[in-house]
Amino acid sequence: MARLNVNGKTYDVDVGPDTPLLWAIRENIGLTGTKYGCGIAQCGACTVHIDGVATRSCSFPASAAEGKEIVTIEGLAANGALTKVQQAWINNDVPQCGYCQSGMIMAVTALLKEKPKPTDADIDREITNICRCGTYQQVRAAIHEAANA
Amino acid sequence: MNYMPKLDRRSFVVGSTAAGLSLGFHIPFPDEARAQATASEVNAWVVVHPDETVTIRVARSEMGQGTLTGLCQMVAEELECEWSKVKYEFPTPGQNVARKRVWGDFFTAGSRGIRTSEQIVRKGGAAARMMLIAAAANEWKVPAAECTAANGVITHTPSGRKTTFGKVAAAASKIDPPADIKLKDPKDWKIIGKGVRRLDTPDKVTGKAIYGIDVRLPGMLSAAIKAAPVFGAKLKSFDAAKVASMRGVKKVVPVEDNAVAVIADTWWNAKTALEALPVAWEASPNDKVSSASIADFLKAGLDAEQAFVGNQAGDVKAALAKAAKKVEAVYGYPYQHHVTMEPQNATVLYTPEKCEVWSSVQDGEQGLAATSEACGLPVAKCEFHKTFLGGGFGRRSTSVDYVRQAVLIAKEMPGTPVKLLWTREEDMTHGWYHPITQCKMTAGFDDKNSLTALHIRISGQSILASVAPGRMQNGMDPATFQGFVKGGAETAFGYDVPNLLIDHAMRNPHVPAGFWRGVNINQNAIYIESFMDELAKEAGVDPLEFRRKLMGPYPKHLAVLNAVAEKAGWGKPAPQGVYRGLAQMMAFGSYVAACAEVSVDGNKVKIHRIVGATDPGYAVNPAQIERQIAGSFVYGLTGLFYGECTVKDGAIEQTNFDSYDMMRIA
Repeated sequence: MARLNVNGKTYDVDVGPDTPLLWAIRENIGLTGTKYGCGIAQCGACTVHIDGVATRSCSFPASAAEGKEIVTIEGLAANGALTKVQQAWINNDVPQCGYCQSGMIMAVTALLKEKPKPTDADIDREITNICRCGTYQQVRAAIHEAANA
Repeated sequence: MNYMPKLDRRSFVVGSTAAGLSLGFHIPFPDEARAQATASEVNAWVVVHPDETVTIRVARSEMGQGTLTGLCQMVAEELECEWSKVKYEFPTPGQNVARKRVWGDFFTAGSRGIRTSEQIVRKGGAAARMMLIAAAANEWKVPAAECTAANGVITHTPSGRKTTFGKVAAAASKIDPPADIKLKDPKDWKIIGKGVRRLDTPDKVTGKAIYGIDVRLPGMLSAAIKAAPVFGAKLKSFDAAKVASMRGVKKVVPVEDNAVAVIADTWWNAKTALEALPVAWEASPNDKVSSASIADFLKAGLDAEQAFVGNQAGDVKAALAKAAKKVEAVYGYPYQHHVTMEPQNATVLYTPEKCEVWSSVQDGEQGLAATSEACGLPVAKCEFHKTFLGGGFGRRSTSVDYVRQAVLIAKEMPGTPVKLLWTREEDMTHGWYHPITQCKMTAGFDDKNSLTALHIRISGQSILASVAPGRMQNGMDPATFQGFVKGGAETAFGYDVPNLLIDHAMRNPHVPAGFWRGVNINQNAIYIESFMDELAKEAGVDPLEFRRKLMGPYPKHLAVLNAVAEKAGWGKPAPQGVYRGLAQMMAFGSYVAACAEVSVDGNKVKIHRIVGATDPGYAVNPAQIERQIAGSFVYGLTGLFYGECTVKDGAIEQTNFDSYDMMRIA
């Protein structure tokens, strides 16, 4: 069992001690916006915020997230208003298949909290998520737009 | 809730209810059950709601390529509805079968989504407009010819009377469809040709978009699967007792003769038990196959006597024999994996009376056929619900092995929905790989330094032999010659060489080959265009000029090449240390060219800029075409720098992104 705080709500989830947070979120809590891509923290599709830090939830045990504030893609616009990152994503029509974009948006949201005006070099270093459709040009444009919004 | 077809005289509906609906499954597409009650289906493509929103049905799959939006643009253009009020939904293949394939083909591959359905969808939109206008004219008792439609409003021009689509839709749905449908003149298009934003973006930035992997049904179990690592090998045995008491485990089942699956309460528990499951595989004749043995097998084909001829002019042998100078080069192109970001999966609810599947596929009808075949029920007792695809790239086009597996697993649990999800490792090692080939090119110049002969010998794997042997022509795989075909509007070779021979010595290793993004253009473009540069160098001619001289009969090929040369500033010096190269190709009805600017530092290649051009016919949504082109460069560069899959002991060696990297933002 683990008691998790996800998007401001508390959930008691029946998981084994080694179950990654990703699967507790997707299967036990039922929030499927956070995606499985690799299971080894390489692709970033599963990125969520744990106490504000972008974290690859496929390789982070659910049990270790107890007592922490977890935010998933569904929690960003919890009050119904899109965040400036989500809005920039829409303005730039960033997603293609869209599968990686939850993780991408979570990673970018955390970056902008750390560095409100990231340079291209900052983006190159910090945004390492894989997008197989190759939306990187739009991702970069949308990051700059969100930073200047 | 998913759309259920209205029973009317134009429909031919078999009585089938979706079991998933009775379970309360929410199909997450943006129209709602409550709107269904009063919505009017004007025709198969167009459903008008009382609040003036319009649902457009799209048969083709959406996997990132934007076809969903483009097809809606075309229906909306003819329908004359208001674009901001357009919603979409995917009809099911079961409905298509029941309604005499009213939506035509569901197959979404080969750049066909837009270009081979543009007529049927535009006519669908136009017919619906004509019926809506006829309904208004009937009500007003005026000739329909005196009425026009724009932005969802119908106007009787002489009197100025107006009504809306929403108000007349119910009446329109009872009107006979028009026999004679006239499409708009392209010069009057208002939505086609505009780079409008995609309809699916809002749900893709909030986590609401549902992919196959996200489907959840009440009481659903999950399955993890392991197939024989060596292609062609069989399952020998497994010891289910060893994992029976593990957390959440419900059942361990063999799947066909080459795989085993664990069914558990959650996928994580299924996967954990599967990893602990002792499994043995039968020995296979492929156990010793390696990349080196495959390379030797292909190499022998480079000089083999027997080969299928794809394009021929003059007499290459004779011309080469008397050439003043000969140039020869051998290239190779490895296996590559699709790596859809969403690993393969399918969710199935099987009962002895009905089998229902939810999955990410590029051809819903093929998914339905695979379902029926695997469960043994007739198609009329099966249904298939398409979700968004987390990438397709050809992987989910002709090979829906994961659907078959999922149905067979669910058949072991009648009445209980089961979701099968492959691990990334299972996905990487059980793909339908880009085929492996080698290519030997031989060119002859005369004493005036003109290219007189070109022989392109391809040796290697046929995709059709692997995925669709029935589509081969007398043993030949015509798809092998993509971009190398003489003339035509599909995939024409762009060079005029007096003595030409392009042939294929087919060599099929045991690794399954499939359609990969670009299919056989990938290697054929690299082969011919790299060799063109070698020939230009040999001739001492600028690579652009060298090509131009051979492209006289192919003005469209030449136009895109000229476009990138001009935009890139070909002929003007590149920055210090930066080098340019260009290439062109024609396939899937589109002409493409690119000019790259690169520099090399040690073993690191830096790409500074790529200028691309395409002539795809008329552009339905230029913004999406631009994104597809940009994305295709990323995909291609991953192929070039990271994409090789190697074979050891009969199996693919790369298992995940730690051993198979991708292009990232930098």
